[in-house]
Amino acid sequence: MSFHPNDVVRRGRAASVIVCGVLVFLLSAFFRAQVVRNEQWSLQSEENRLRQIPTAAPRGPILDRNNKPIAENVIGYSVTLLAQNEDTLRATLTRLRQTLNLTNKQYEDAIKRFRRDRTRPTVILADASFDAVSVLEEHRLEYPSLIIQSAPKRIYPDGEAVGSFVGYVSEISDAELANMSSAGYKAGQLVGKQGLEKQYEKELRGREGVQFVEVDARNRIVPNGRTREDITPQQGPPLYTNIDIDLQEYIHGLFGDSTAGAVVAMIPTTGEVLAIYSSPAIDPNRFVGGVSSAYYDSLNNDPRHPLYNKAVQGQYAPGSTFKLATAVIGLEDGLITIDSHMPDACNGYYYFGNRAWKCWKKEGHGSLSLAGAITQSCDVYFYQLGQKIGLSRLVAGGILLGFDKRTGIDLPEEKRPLFPTSVPEYFNQKYGARGWTAGSHELNMSIGQGDNAQTVVSMAKFYSALATDGSEPTPQIKHGPPQRTKVMNISPDQLVELRQAMMGVLAAGGTAAASAIKGVNIAGKTGTAQTMRYTKEGKPLYYAWFAGMAPAEDPKIVVVVMIPDVTFEGSGSAHFATKIIEHYLHAQANNTILNTG
Amino acid sequence: MATTRRINVDLPLVISALLLSAYGLAMVYSAGQTDVKTAVAGVYKSQAVWIVLGIGAAFAVSRASVRLIEWMTVPLYGFTILLLTALLVGLGSGGGSAASTAGWLTIGGHRLGQPAEFAKLTVVLMLARVLSQNRVTPRSMIELWKPMVVAGLPLLLIMAQGDLGTSIVFVGIFFAMLFWAGVSWQLLVLLGSPVISLMLGFDARIWGAWFLLLLALVLWYKPFLGEGLFVVVANVMMGILGPPLWEHMKPYRQARLLVFLNPSIDPRGSGYHVIQSQVAIGSGGWLGRGYLNGPQKRLAFLPEQYTDFIFAVIGEELGFIGVTVALALFLFLFLRVIRIAERANDSFSSLVAFGLLASWFTHVLENIGMTVNVMPVTGIPLPFFSYGGSFMLACWLAIGVLARVSSEGRGGKSGPLRV
Repeated sequence: MSFHPNDVVRRGRAASVIVCGVLVFLLSAFFRAQVVRNEQWSLQSEENRLRQIPTAAPRGPILDRNNKPIAENVIGYSVTLLAQNEDTLRATLTRLRQTLNLTNKQYEDAIKRFRRDRTRPTVILADASFDAVSVLEEHRLEYPSLIIQSAPKRIYPDGEAVGSFVGYVSEISDAELANMSSAGYKAGQLVGKQGLEKQYEKELRGREGVQFVEVDARNRIVPNGRTREDITPQQGPPLYTNIDIDLQEYIHGLFGDSTAGAVVAMIPTTGEVLAIYSSPAIDPNRFVGGVSSAYYDSLNNDPRHPLYNKAVQGQYAPGSTFKLATAVIGLEDGLITIDSHMPDACNGYYYFGNRAWKCWKKEGHGSLSLAGAITQSCDVYFYQLGQKIGLSRLVAGGILLGFDKRTGIDLPEEKRPLFPTSVPEYFNQKYGARGWTAGSHELNMSIGQGDNAQTVVSMAKFYSALATDGSEPTPQIKHGPPQRTKVMNISPDQLVELRQAMMGVLAAGGTAAASAIKGVNIAGKTGTAQTMRYTKEGKPLYYAWFAGMAPAEDPKIVVVVMIPDVTFEGSGSAHFATKIIEHYLHAQANNTILNTG
Repeated sequence: MATTRRINVDLPLVISALLLSAYGLAMVYSAGQTDVKTAVAGVYKSQAVWIVLGIGAAFAVSRASVRLIEWMTVPLYGFTILLLTALLVGLGSGGGSAASTAGWLTIGGHRLGQPAEFAKLTVVLMLARVLSQNRVTPRSMIELWKPMVVAGLPLLLIMAQGDLGTSIVFVGIFFAMLFWAGVSWQLLVLLGSPVISLMLGFDARIWGAWFLLLLALVLWYKPFLGEGLFVVVANVMMGILGPPLWEHMKPYRQARLLVFLNPSIDPRGSGYHVIQSQVAIGSGGWLGRGYLNGPQKRLAFLPEQYTDFIFAVIGEELGFIGVTVALALFLFLFLRVIRIAERANDSFSSLVAFGLLASWFTHVLENIGMTVNVMPVTGIPLPFFSYGGSFMLACWLAIGVLARVSSEGRGGKSGPLRV
């Protein structure tokens, strides 16, 4: 053995150098991790222990023209779970089932939500009852990964009265998520599903907040953990609308539970929608957060189709309310004046082709001027006017008046009316090149039958043009600058004459004389369109229309009422419309007095 | 006491060991302070008891002369081999410091200890005895057959238990003690070359380069013809055997080695320990998150925080400063032990001292290295820090032996002390 002191010292020195070297190397590895890369590892440490719990932002309220609430928020509770994986989620849900009486559907939904987005806490109850929350608070320690938050809940104080336009909110669907994820939407969030809630979703939603909680390695929330400062959610801005909630409620009361139908009331000069209603009404409150199948089924099985928005989705033959369009086109072309008579007087029939075309009045109207024909809604007069105009021009004129287009009302459900797009291509395509003649279509279209089905809001837009200088406003529920387009090439005098003729409708001898209201000059037009459906007793069913405006001298409101599948005629709808007008003008007058006094 | 016996107590040695034990105890206590309390919360108490027992044992051992220790070496070594064999044939049980390694001596359901921890001591003693008997420094491998058997036997027995980490310690002890005995570095390289070939075998080019270097070394060192041939053949064999051996490796061990190269390949599984340990250490920064306050530890993200990964708790809670202090204490202890080895009275004592140093050094390098991912993860505890009775006891026994060696040695720095 070589244990000569010199050798030992030499080896000892070598050993010391190696030991020092290795420890310095280790120290440098720590320096690299702790000083050089400290930021990166600190971030990961924070990610380990901090979970971001989104806190839902209250949606912006929806207000009527007098700032009364149409949609607002109350305090609710949500119950969510930070699950590490599907197994722990299932295990917790199985235990929660007994505590909370979860249904199978709620159980499966929670698992579905977890699969959709694992980074966010899984929603178990989006709208938990106070009782459920109390029970959970008692069992707090058993569920260390459970989060109970207060979550704003959407309510619609006027319920059914606003169901036709406000829409509702509910959990975002997979399809919506696919479309909207780029806008920052996440699984489990609530979104507007219909109506204004959907239309103005991005404005109303506000900004989600974040609550930080500290979790341990098994995702158990540490009570009073050391976290970062929460980010408070920001409420969406209020949506100011043109709706007059009093009028809306009045209309809801007018229709009651029995009558189906639709109403659009608007200010003709600006397009402000004062009321829009579809009956039978649905209660949006019952759709919030998921509709019960019992309620949904009851709506779905109702023969009056409450789920179908009759104001913007329903397409109905406009009948005689369209005669004003025929008249405007005739006036635009200079074919007639307000005093013009047609060659054939009305004796109840008009012979064309091989058949007699009926006027609604069997005994006939005799020879009428345009004004008289409007007042008495004489079909024979308009048959002849339609022939003078010709099908091509009638269709082209209708298109210029906007009958083939959506009105642009700010509701996502609005449908395009049915109207021929061109002559003869449209008819060739529909009936075959030899399957139609211009003549019969001229006659049908001139009185608002045939290939013509309008939405109620579309007719309201047209009558707004008649109520003003011939400009159609875009109907707007949200308050904003009006948008108007001049569509009628007739003089202001001619418009006055047409309105005077329509005043006759509610005067003695007019088709809606019975609905006249004392003290208010209402101009309007009835329409009784055939549905080609009949009652069991064989009586024909009609779309009963009335389009009116008041005061006739300077209209402040246009109201269109349509009641489908009834045996009464347009005069029945006139009854509703005039009451609505009266109510509105009366309220306006009172307001003025209040404001000035 | 009124005795008049004078012995020299190596104060730097004892004080550094005491400081390390105190530091370790404080960290074991902190490791138990998690938000959700577990059984670990109380282990610091038994650790304290073990430290006291260890100090007592060290005192007792320091009373025994080195000659007595040398005389007991053979029976102790034999007993160790017996225990290790007993473990293999059925007295062992699962458990141990790292999750998947066994190694506990269990009788009647009671865990009596981990014989491997004491094997480290006895192998050092036995190697010292065998090497000190050589009159001339071994120049060839044949002459090294005795130490090879002494270290190889327990190594194989422990590897058979599946404890790779501990067997690495034996390799470290073996080579370090040969070095201290004066075996030339060239011979050490030749001796270790088959293992290196085995590790480099996965890549033909790297292995080829290594092999050329080795050939050059063989030609320069000019060992016996048979030995030279043996080394070359062994290297070729290992180079060829390497890849299939890798294929046959237990998956968890494969995973550990792969994860060492890139922990992010399996962040939830095998890489979890390394990543969480790095997160804990890295987030500590200069000053740490505060004693008892490390979030990674507190919230149980850090696994094995009181045993194999206790150094990560230091990194997290006491930061780079705390790490530097711990490493400095180790450095001080190591340099002190080297000095003791240098000044030992005889070659046996000197070799014992150096062997004990090698054992600790291997532990420290491997354990601390793995927490910052510069070493692969193996279940090796950190001396004086990791919770564990057998190991703490073994460490203090070693201090006792070293104190004795030091006091018998030539003029240490420590002054005479009356006891």
